[in-house]
Amino acid sequence: MSRVATVNQIIPFSCVDGPGSRLVIFLQGCNFNCKNCHNPYTIDMCNSCGDCVATCPVNALSLTSSKEGKSKIVWDSDLCTQCDICLSTCPKQSSPKTRQYSVPQILELIRAQVHFINGITISGGEATLQLPFIIELFQAIKASQDLMHLSCMIDSNGYLSEGGWLQVMPYLDGVMIDLKSWQQETHNYITGRDNHRVFSSLKLLAKHGKLYEIRLLHIPHVSDFDSEIDAVASYLTRLPANVRIKLNAFQHHGVTGESLNWPICSEEQMLELAARLTERGVANLVLPNVYL
Amino acid sequence: MASQDNFAKIIRDPNLSSKQKSNYLALEAEASLTYLSISPELTQAKSTGVICDMFEGHAPFKPRYVLPDYAKLLQNGSTYLELSAAQDLDEALNALTIIYHHVPSVTSIPVYLGQLDEVLLPYCQGLDEESIYRKIKLFWIMLDRTLPDAFMHVNIGPTDNIVCRTILRVDAELKQIAPNLTFMYDPSVTPDELLQLAANNICECSKPHIANYPIHANSYDDRGFGIVSCYNSLPLAGGANTLVRLNLKEVALTAHSISDFFDNILPKYCRLTFELIEARSKFLHEESNFFNSFLVKEGLIEESRFAPMFGIYGMAEAVNILQGTPEFSEDNIDKPSSHYGHNTAANELGHKISKALDAIVKSTPVTYGYNGRALLHSQGGISIDKEVTPGVRIPYGTEPNPIAHIQALAEHHQYYTSGISDILTIDETIKSNPQAMMQLCKGALSLGFREFTANVASNDLVRVTGYMIKLSDIATFKQAGSRTNTTSLGFDAAANTRILERQPRVIAHEQSPSYAAD
Repeated sequence: MSRVATVNQIIPFSCVDGPGSRLVIFLQGCNFNCKNCHNPYTIDMCNSCGDCVATCPVNALSLTSSKEGKSKIVWDSDLCTQCDICLSTCPKQSSPKTRQYSVPQILELIRAQVHFINGITISGGEATLQLPFIIELFQAIKASQDLMHLSCMIDSNGYLSEGGWLQVMPYLDGVMIDLKSWQQETHNYITGRDNHRVFSSLKLLAKHGKLYEIRLLHIPHVSDFDSEIDAVASYLTRLPANVRIKLNAFQHHGVTGESLNWPICSEEQMLELAARLTERGVANLVLPNVYL
Repeated sequence: MASQDNFAKIIRDPNLSSKQKSNYLALEAEASLTYLSISPELTQAKSTGVICDMFEGHAPFKPRYVLPDYAKLLQNGSTYLELSAAQDLDEALNALTIIYHHVPSVTSIPVYLGQLDEVLLPYCQGLDEESIYRKIKLFWIMLDRTLPDAFMHVNIGPTDNIVCRTILRVDAELKQIAPNLTFMYDPSVTPDELLQLAANNICECSKPHIANYPIHANSYDDRGFGIVSCYNSLPLAGGANTLVRLNLKEVALTAHSISDFFDNILPKYCRLTFELIEARSKFLHEESNFFNSFLVKEGLIEESRFAPMFGIYGMAEAVNILQGTPEFSEDNIDKPSSHYGHNTAANELGHKISKALDAIVKSTPVTYGYNGRALLHSQGGISIDKEVTPGVRIPYGTEPNPIAHIQALAEHHQYYTSGISDILTIDETIKSNPQAMMQLCKGALSLGFREFTANVASNDLVRVTGYMIKLSDIATFKQAGSRTNTTSLGFDAAANTRILERQPRVIAHEQSPSYAAD
């Protein structure tokens, strides 16, 4: 019996989630609760409360119950117009528009376009919350003659335990980790969690040569990369030289709540942060193409 | 007299150069002649826009596209041009500079500049990399400034060589609209590293196109082929004597049913298309004296290697009309769709139409053709086309993701010997990840795409069908005109179509040489 994952979305062709062109699977569910999350509807699992059903203008959602009397939301994607009213109705940062995929189903999707991609990336939500599925999928890819050339990557918040990383390590080509801020308090303020485990993950992955990219989201006056520039730079220069340091500029696209009052990061602010890091010897910086 | 008014307008136009004025005046003169003798039924089809002669003129005196054998010129020299055989790279570049001004085409200047790496490589022996770079860079600047038309087209590849690499380097550096560039890719010959260089260039300046070398080469004989103007694949040392195109949307509108379309209407309009092809090519070959030129006498071209192009466009509309599919709207854009490009049955009907056209073109003899036949062509549209999609493309603004896009259209490519183009517009995030561009290209070619073409959103240099324009030129054209002939076409396209709107898309537009009075 194959494992099943709860998937929020699959993008067949992405250029921003690892090296080359990638099929990206966004899993539902996250253990951070970032104020600035730009897809907050991926944070929680749907509990089938049914609130969204009545607000759907095209009746694409319905509430059914199983033989055991357990209620369940059913989403009819043929009727759905993607108006996303359900997402704004949902009281708990979830989406009724998720799907269950087994490993063989994902393999079939990959095979349909294997000529177009360099690899696959599991993202989220927080990908590693469904780690057993990821392990089984990556194992299957690495064991298939026609798929083994594809690189298998994870896009993560870095909160997975060391034991978790070690389980997936044999089938893993690389990881992109978000570092949300430098100071403990700031990290706590933004995400609701501390960042000790993020640093442990970074260290472990770097040691095993699996840290592809570390991502720093610059939120002027909120995140603290600029005020802690010396410490941040000194940390980054000690990472292996091939690790990409990707700077992201905070924008309002997709965010909700109080973070809409936070200032966005302009191109000038981004360039200034990059220049200050460069001055301090940080190489392999990747800057945004677009500020939208 | 209307034409005299037009002459006066052209002469007084504040934004045209003298040369551009001369060209337009000549076109007006040609258009003032009586049209070739054709049947009333064809005249009717022409006037209602079902069949179009691409404004090539009422009495064609030059072929649409000419592909001289430039290697032969450099080896033998030319009596007519008083040139001896080239001895080194300087002499080779000089000879090419000269002959280009004697190669006509529908645009009045050459649309084919040669398989330049193959042509120039023998003259680069003993030269260091930097010398080759300096000479080619000057040559590139000369081409853009003296032959100002983005339809002229250079081919390079599939082999890895110093001239090929230098041209890619210079092209990315200068980012000129001209010349247009095709890189030939052959998986058994071209190293990945070189293909990656070409893909990097696409991210940088939306050029080159990547051609599927094995598929093109297998369509022609050992003498070879070239890609010219925008996406026209034609025999080397020959070309296209004419291009007549059929509007499949209009054809579908007159059919009562799908079976009526296949059994009666399509064959009828194909017959009329062939009538126009015959009339136009006969005049060119029998009355214009073009084939008495030095190009023929010195063996740079051969009359028997010219073929008419049988062009089609409006496939998307034809399929949607035949299936009774309602118009695409913003509301149904993400839904399971019955539209061409999104729905399996619609896509398969499209493939069936292409297959039927292929059978008709391959079984219909023409007097002046390649092996006695015309060549089927998926035509990229011209600036007057409204509400009709070029070739077999998916309508602008309704394209699915790049992979679904390629999968929907790949099946068509086998049928369009003389060229087919699907321009993929890629999100600008790909700029920092050219490896993704290369993989997308490989995927498309492995599915049978004849040519892979991508525009990257946000580049100033963008593609309008096959030729390039600079958005910054478009912005100043209305006030100041342009040194470059094709800018006006891009400007018309921008005004008439949705090219500059919505997600970065590409518009169809090949060539309508006539003067737009206002």
